[in-house]
Amino acid sequence: MKNSSLGQAWLVLLLSLAFGAALAGVQVGWGPIIEQNKRNKTYDQIPRLVHDVEAVDLTGKPAKLSGVKEATEEVPYDDGKSVAFKVFWQGKDPAGKVHLGWVIKGKGNGYADVIEVLIGLDRKAERITGMTVLFNNETPGLGNKITTEKFQGQFRGLDAAKPVGCEKSAPAPGANRIQAISGATISSESVCNIVNQAVAGFRAQLPALNKKDH
Amino acid sequence: MAKDGPTPLERFLRGIIPENPVFRQVLGTCPTLAITGTVRQAITMSAAVMFVLICANLITSMIRNLLKPHLRILVFTLTIAAFVTIADKFLAAFVPDMSEKLGPYIPLIVVNCIIICRCEVCASKQGLAASAADAVGQGLGNTLALVAMATVRELLGSGSWFDIPLFWKEGTAGEQFRWSIMNQPPGAFITFGLLLGAVVWIDQLHQKRAAAAKR
Repeated sequence: MKNSSLGQAWLVLLLSLAFGAALAGVQVGWGPIIEQNKRNKTYDQIPRLVHDVEAVDLTGKPAKLSGVKEATEEVPYDDGKSVAFKVFWQGKDPAGKVHLGWVIKGKGNGYADVIEVLIGLDRKAERITGMTVLFNNETPGLGNKITTEKFQGQFRGLDAAKPVGCEKSAPAPGANRIQAISGATISSESVCNIVNQAVAGFRAQLPALNKKDH
Repeated sequence: MAKDGPTPLERFLRGIIPENPVFRQVLGTCPTLAITGTVRQAITMSAAVMFVLICANLITSMIRNLLKPHLRILVFTLTIAAFVTIADKFLAAFVPDMSEKLGPYIPLIVVNCIIICRCEVCASKQGLAASAADAVGQGLGNTLALVAMATVRELLGSGSWFDIPLFWKEGTAGEQFRWSIMNQPPGAFITFGLLLGAVVWIDQLHQKRAAAAKR
C-alpha cells in the first residue's frame, strides 16, 4: 500500500480536493461581483464605440452622447447564445430616443489566451464605428499592444460587409485592412479574425432582429 | 533539543535586508521589472505576493512531515496556485482597475521563485512560527524592493508619487522634465541595476567596516 500510486499521492489528491472546494467557494462568492464589474466595464465602453456615429439633437446640432448607457438595450440573437447592445442616445426629450448603432461582443483565441473584444457598428451594421479589447492575456510589451488606441483606432470606419485584413506594412488608403503590431502579428491577426467572425455572425442575424422590432 | 534552523526572529529580519528576495537573492525579477511603473501597482503586487507567501508557507509547514521528497515541488505548486487564484479573484472582484493594470502578472505569481524558494528552504523544514515569520520578512523585503523601484520610476517618469503630482501636473510646462524612459522597460532595467549596485556597495562597505573593527 505504501508504495502504491495511492499511497504515494494521497496527499496531492487530498490537497487538490480541498483547494478545489475552496476555489469553488470563492467562485460562488465573488463570481457574481466579477461578472458585474465586467458588465459595468462593457457599458462604460459603449458610448466611446459609437462616438463617431452622427448624432444630432432635435435642433440639428451635434449631440453630446449623454444617457447612452442608460438607454442601451440588450438584444439576444443567435438563439440566445449572444447578446448585442442596441445603443440609443436618450436626449432631453423622451420621444427623441435615437438609435445610434450596435455594439457586439467577439471572443476567440489569441497568442497566449482568449481575447474578448467589443465592436461598435452603425445602425445598418455596414460600418465599424469602434473596437476595443475587453480582455487579453497577450505578451506584455508586445501582444498586449492590441489595447492601444493606435491599434484599436484603425478599425474605426472600416467596411463591416467585407472581412478586415491584417498586414505587416501600412495598408493603402481605402483598403479594408489594418497594420499589425510589429512583433505581434499573431495577436493582431487574431483580433481581426475575432472581429470578422463576430461581425459576420451579427450581420447574418440583423434582418431577423429588425423584423422583430417592426 | 537540537536547533532546527534559524529562530522566527532571525528568519523575519533576514528577509528584509540581508536576504532580500529581490536585491540579494535576485528572485522574482520579472514582476519587479514589469509592474514597478507606479507605487500603487507595486504595493498591490507586493500585497498579493505577501498573502500567497504567508498562506503557502503555513500550509507547507503544517504538512511538512507528510511530504514525499519526489512530490514536494508538486505540492508546493498546487498550494501556491490555489492561493494565487484566490488573490487574483479578490483583486478582480474588489479592485478591478488594478487587476486590469497588473494583467497577467497576478496569475504569474504562481511561478514567482520567491514563494517556491521559501517553501523549499524554510517552510518544508521548520515549524509554523518560523515559517510565518519567514513569509512576513520575505514579503516585507519584497515590498521594500518593489516600492523603492517604483518610487524612482514614478518620480522621474511621471513626476508623481502614489499618483499624487509632486514635480509637475499633466499638460503643464514642467512636463518637459519628464524622463519618459522611466515608464518603459529600459527604465526598469536601469533602476534595477542601479539599486542592485547600491545595495551590494552598501553591503560591502558594512563588511569592510566589520572586518576593520575586528582587527
